[in-house]
Amino acid sequence: MNDLLELYPPEIRDHARQPRNRHRLECVDATARGDNPLCGDRVEVFLRLNDGRIAEASFMGRGCDVSQASASMLTGAVGGLVPDAALDLSEKVREMARSGAVPDDERFEALRSLAGAAKFPSRVKCATLAWVTLEAALRGGQEASSE
Amino acid sequence: MDLALAPLDVQRIRQDFPILSQTVRGRPLVFLDSGASAQKPRQVMDAMRDCMETAYANVHRGAYHLSEVATENHEASREAARRFLNAARVEEIILTGGSTSAINLVAHSFGRGVLKPGQRVLVSEMEHHANLVPWQILRDEGRGIGLGFIRITDAGELDLDSLQAELRKGDVGLVAVTHMSNVLGTVTPAGAIARMAHEHGARVLFDGSQAAVHRGVDVQALDADFYTFTVHKLYGPTGIGVLYAKHELLEAMPPFFGGGDMIETVTLERSTWAAPPARFEAGTPPIIEAAGMKAAIEYVEAIGMETVEAHERSLVEHAMRVLPQVEGLTLVGSAQDRGGVFSFSLDAAHPHDLSTFLDRRGICIRAGRHCAEPLHARLGLETGTARASFGLYTTHGEIDALAEALREARRFFA
Repeated sequence: MNDLLELYPPEIRDHARQPRNRHRLECVDATARGDNPLCGDRVEVFLRLNDGRIAEASFMGRGCDVSQASASMLTGAVGGLVPDAALDLSEKVREMARSGAVPDDERFEALRSLAGAAKFPSRVKCATLAWVTLEAALRGGQEASSE
Repeated sequence: MDLALAPLDVQRIRQDFPILSQTVRGRPLVFLDSGASAQKPRQVMDAMRDCMETAYANVHRGAYHLSEVATENHEASREAARRFLNAARVEEIILTGGSTSAINLVAHSFGRGVLKPGQRVLVSEMEHHANLVPWQILRDEGRGIGLGFIRITDAGELDLDSLQAELRKGDVGLVAVTHMSNVLGTVTPAGAIARMAHEHGARVLFDGSQAAVHRGVDVQALDADFYTFTVHKLYGPTGIGVLYAKHELLEAMPPFFGGGDMIETVTLERSTWAAPPARFEAGTPPIIEAAGMKAAIEYVEAIGMETVEAHERSLVEHAMRVLPQVEGLTLVGSAQDRGGVFSFSLDAAHPHDLSTFLDRRGICIRAGRHCAEPLHARLGLETGTARASFGLYTTHGEIDALAEALREARRFFA
């Protein structure tokens, strides 16, 4: 049973129970909606940009603890980043969730709990849904899918 | 009450299914996802191996002994399916790739070739996508074929008043409904539905993917025009299913796939079609899978469908006693006539989180929307449900183990 704590470490449980920045933004510069068509999980990401940087990020959504905690963590991680840096971070987070290897980089300190999904192949998409949605928003797409 | 009916010896049955002796992380495997696909008994595996080892060649083609034996065996499998559904004629049994391809066959062939512009197909709100999407595609082809919907009640039963109201509009060519919901376990009153449809000149198709596994099906008694089932849910192999259709309908239907085996004569310019069932079976059929299907049918026949039904009833009654006692659990649907499929939600945990938790205890359930997205929307369950579904080999103890694990999950996610 202990390996369950790798998918549900305290940070994930905490973000799932008390999601940060879970609201719509009034003034939004970039947004997208991501769906996992198989399970119905949904994440909408809202971004406000200022001087070419992400000034504020928020999300709305429904779904499992992992998908919603991941979205909550995302909103805290991308603040202050230029879009290219957010895209780079996002791609590395998704790779981390797939491989389980945490990059040796301080940016991942607050995100390392998402690496636990790697041991649960059917749950990797839960951890990455918010991030593919972020990428769609930054690239001007309206919709993203975990598939 | 049939006093002669001995209860199913589940422990003996379980010995026929090698996979059930597996342990998962040191715990016995508790497989509660038979509604998605059932496990296979040794008899099915042996029959498929035997087909390949002793009697394999292409069928309906070779003028040599081995091909004749293979053809004879293949047609014996068709006969087994006829017997299983109590069809009047063996030519009424089309071997397909599964229920999905069977329904697509009907949508393309009957839908394009027999239904008339201005007619509608009726489906219910609780269909599996396999009995919804093919009809949407047909509607959208611009042939003037419409699509209408039969409502369900909040209990998850087919609303027969809604069916009657739709039929009264006078434009229904086909009623296509499930015989047992893969989400709610609801068994639909197929005989009554067929009577109502026929009174209004409509044909009726039953998706028996779930029902045929759990109940004895008699297509003549139901007066079904079309009936489909898939073999992998019936303890047989993947890649094969059955479409039953009344002979008069098959004779009027054009082919779906073109190719070898479905023709009478072929010139470069045109072809004429073989009689049913060959007309609908282009190409080399699933020969090895058909051998497995025959073994699967014989396996459940040897147990007896009455015994299968009785075992299932006892599992349903036990689950109805045990599951509602789990605090925070809500069962979805409360149909009077139901089979061994239970969808539920737990207040503390999302279905996917629940599925992962149970998996760590060796318990396999399904989480999500079970290929029935409109039904989940209808019931306000957009985030999906968890589903436990039973088979021949399911025990009361496994249902107890599920209930206990659900209590633990509730503590874990609280």
